[in-house]
Amino acid sequence: MNPNPTGAPTPHETGTTASAKPRSRKGGRRTNASMIIGAALVVLIVGLALVSFVWTPYDPNSIDPVARLQSGSLAHPFGTDTFGRDTLTWVMVGARITLLVGVVAVGIALLIGTPIGIIAAFFAKQSWGMWIDAVIMRANDILLAFPALLLAIIFAAVYSPGTGPAMVAVGIAAIPGFARVARSGTLQVLGSDYVRAARASNRRVPAIALVHVLPNIAGMVIVQASVAFAISVLAEAGLSFLGLGTQAPTPSWGRMLQESQQYLSTHPELALWPGVFIALAVLGFNLLGDGLRDRFDPKMEARGA
Amino acid sequence: MPENLLDVRDLTITPAGADAPVLHDVSLSLAPGERVGLIGESGSGKSLTAQSVMGLLPEELHARGQVHLQGHSGNLLDATEKTLAGLRSDIVSMVFQEPMSALNPLMRIGDQIAEVLRIHGKVPRGQIPTRVRELLHDVHLPDPDSARFAYPHQMSGGQRQRVMLAIALANSPRLLICDEPTTALDVTVQKHMLDLIAERVAAVEAGLLFITHDLAVVAGVCDRVIVMYRGRIVETGSVDEIFTAPRHDYTRGLLASSDLEATDDRGRLFTLKTALAYSGPQVQGAEPGSATGEWENSGGEEDAPAPTRGGSISTSVEQSTADDVSAASARESTPLIEASDVTRVFRGRGLFGRRRSDVTALGGIDFTVAAGARLGIVGESGSGKSTLLGILSGLDRPTSGHVRVGDIRVEAASSQALRRLRENLQIVFQDPFASLDPRMRIADIVAEPLIAAGVDGDERTTRVEEMIEAVDLDSDSLRRYPHQFSGGQRQRISIARALVTRPQILVADEPVSALDVSVRAQVLNLLTDLVDEYALTLLFVSHDLGVVKHLCSDVIVMRDGQIVESGATEDIYANPQEEYTRRLIAATPSLAEALAAG
Repeated sequence: MNPNPTGAPTPHETGTTASAKPRSRKGGRRTNASMIIGAALVVLIVGLALVSFVWTPYDPNSIDPVARLQSGSLAHPFGTDTFGRDTLTWVMVGARITLLVGVVAVGIALLIGTPIGIIAAFFAKQSWGMWIDAVIMRANDILLAFPALLLAIIFAAVYSPGTGPAMVAVGIAAIPGFARVARSGTLQVLGSDYVRAARASNRRVPAIALVHVLPNIAGMVIVQASVAFAISVLAEAGLSFLGLGTQAPTPSWGRMLQESQQYLSTHPELALWPGVFIALAVLGFNLLGDGLRDRFDPKMEARGA
Repeated sequence: MPENLLDVRDLTITPAGADAPVLHDVSLSLAPGERVGLIGESGSGKSLTAQSVMGLLPEELHARGQVHLQGHSGNLLDATEKTLAGLRSDIVSMVFQEPMSALNPLMRIGDQIAEVLRIHGKVPRGQIPTRVRELLHDVHLPDPDSARFAYPHQMSGGQRQRVMLAIALANSPRLLICDEPTTALDVTVQKHMLDLIAERVAAVEAGLLFITHDLAVVAGVCDRVIVMYRGRIVETGSVDEIFTAPRHDYTRGLLASSDLEATDDRGRLFTLKTALAYSGPQVQGAEPGSATGEWENSGGEEDAPAPTRGGSISTSVEQSTADDVSAASARESTPLIEASDVTRVFRGRGLFGRRRSDVTALGGIDFTVAAGARLGIVGESGSGKSTLLGILSGLDRPTSGHVRVGDIRVEAASSQALRRLRENLQIVFQDPFASLDPRMRIADIVAEPLIAAGVDGDERTTRVEEMIEAVDLDSDSLRRYPHQFSGGQRQRISIARALVTRPQILVADEPVSALDVSVRAQVLNLLTDLVDEYALTLLFVSHDLGVVKHLCSDVIVMRDGQIVESGATEDIYANPQEEYTRRLIAATPSLAEALAAG
């Protein structure tokens, strides 16, 4: 009889919750498709790399002059190269470098770029700190204007060409992307009522950054990471192709492409296999990024649980 | 049947992959030129019904049934997109809720209206500009000749909604559907908009299907009312019938909770639940002489003034309106909040620090609030209410002037003093969907102010549990995330978060304006209860005078950053001194008035 009995919320209130209407017109099907295909391709590449540690059809560095430049056969499904090395083995082992470069480069960019973006956004919200934000973001723009390739050439010139300098160069070149994404996401979060509420209840800036900002921009950052991963894979292949990345004798898809150049007219399949796998890896990470983006779309949240 | 403009029969809508339909066997009809209100809370299916008439249903919803429209033979549900496109605007058109997103921001509004005319080709090309001007003139836009060249962002929400109406009526449709067209607008603007819709619909002799959750709005515009609840039509009848003799329990509950003047014997607003309990002869008996013959008890305040104004009177100041003596004693003691000549100017800053024009959000505000008072701050959007709140709560600083809260001078406070201020002052925000961090569990959300205050883990848990109980939520709510709650429940969570540190002052920034009427009453009751229980000083910002009248002892009316009028709520209502206040009061939709006028 009394208006607000303790206990359960009234049926009318729960009623409005339960009938959460579908909000998105796009539906969930497309999301799942690109997520699944993307994830499958990523798993394939990771699987190849992992298996290569345990087992490969041949020793990647065993040379077999008799079996050089063969086409696909049962013994060598992807054929062999000019030294008679098994292409399948090389593709498998090459996946390691690809993933290593991706992980390290994205790691560098994410761990440096995200905090920079968050910090810049916090300053941008203060009338006295706006110039700091401007300085940070313009420096960021300058970095963005540098092609990864140029950085890599500089690095190669300073510290002899190799996988390490290439990874660092690609990573540094990807920092601005993360900083921008993190900054815009943070600005959005900082403008929200729940951050005002947190400020009103005396939460300090680091706590707001960790508790409210980071979880809420994590989605965007993950999407950015998957896209940056794809770009890194491509960049590493490009650098190795130019001889600025992974050095012989370590197998790498980029180097395989480069070595296959001179046989392009006679044995195009030598270029085909590393090319296909580079494309698959890039496609996989891009699709995964697309799928994740839809997944983290705030409009989709109403459906989640 | 062919006589009807619109016939919907047994419309059932089921989401893909779900067993239970969200709309059950909805049948309704509309005679040509008839104006029908479709009422229900969010999620009741009223918008889905309208969308199926427009052929705008989302694809993942499966609709069964019959929708017939005069001028089109056959079931609209089976019609192709091409047929539908031909019908829209010519025969049926729609005005949407959100004026901010319904217009293309990159097109001049004249072009947007012309587009509709051009596509349907009823008007010769040469005459389109004339027709556009005519339409803009018809919706009473100031200066219709130059309005054609304006972009949507240059217009206010009310003006945009007028443009939407002009677009909807461009091809003289026979049926106009309005989906909560005034919910996003200020009260004064809402009044004009409603009048305009009524006028235009009458002028072009179109039928009107008006969707809203607010009964008071419907009373002035419609002839007939259809009440929907959980995907079913529960009641249909003329406005008079529905308002004076509702048959269904839900209608009665909705009516009871819309009426902010009626209270039960504890001085609380009726909610859907209590309306059922308190309905019928018991209430009518209490007020037999009610002029309009309303069933609600408008005499509740006379019967029980004391519980209305604070059951647990610790400071005795809370009775200010009911009891002049205590109000006077409150004014003698030092006020808890004091503001003198507060201004806040936002400096416009363009690209590269170039100066743009400054905006004066507050231009010299003076007022005081006694401890335990309940102050309502009323005004249209843009009147500086929210800026004022920001300053009072230490989230913003005044450009000049003095603000004192307790013993803290806000304008010169050190960050430590501000922290102390915030411990004593908490805020409940307007939008229940934006004020809770979507990635945090309720337990963490409510505990957050305690963490900041340095309360340790075990005590935190206890106090959070206490608080969640105090706002009438289950304790297993604590493990859930905000998106699993409805608007009303979220607002309860917001209140719990605000009160968990036991502040002295609670600042509420339009806490119920985003809520359905039925939920609004529950949240207001909860606020009243908690303000009493915790002996809070309440600052309540609202554009809805009805709510303020119910809740607050004193009121400040603001306009363009100035205080237009202030005083005890009853006085201001009974005897408004300023034209602006009078307009605000007149514009607030009230059931009784709407009925009397209708």
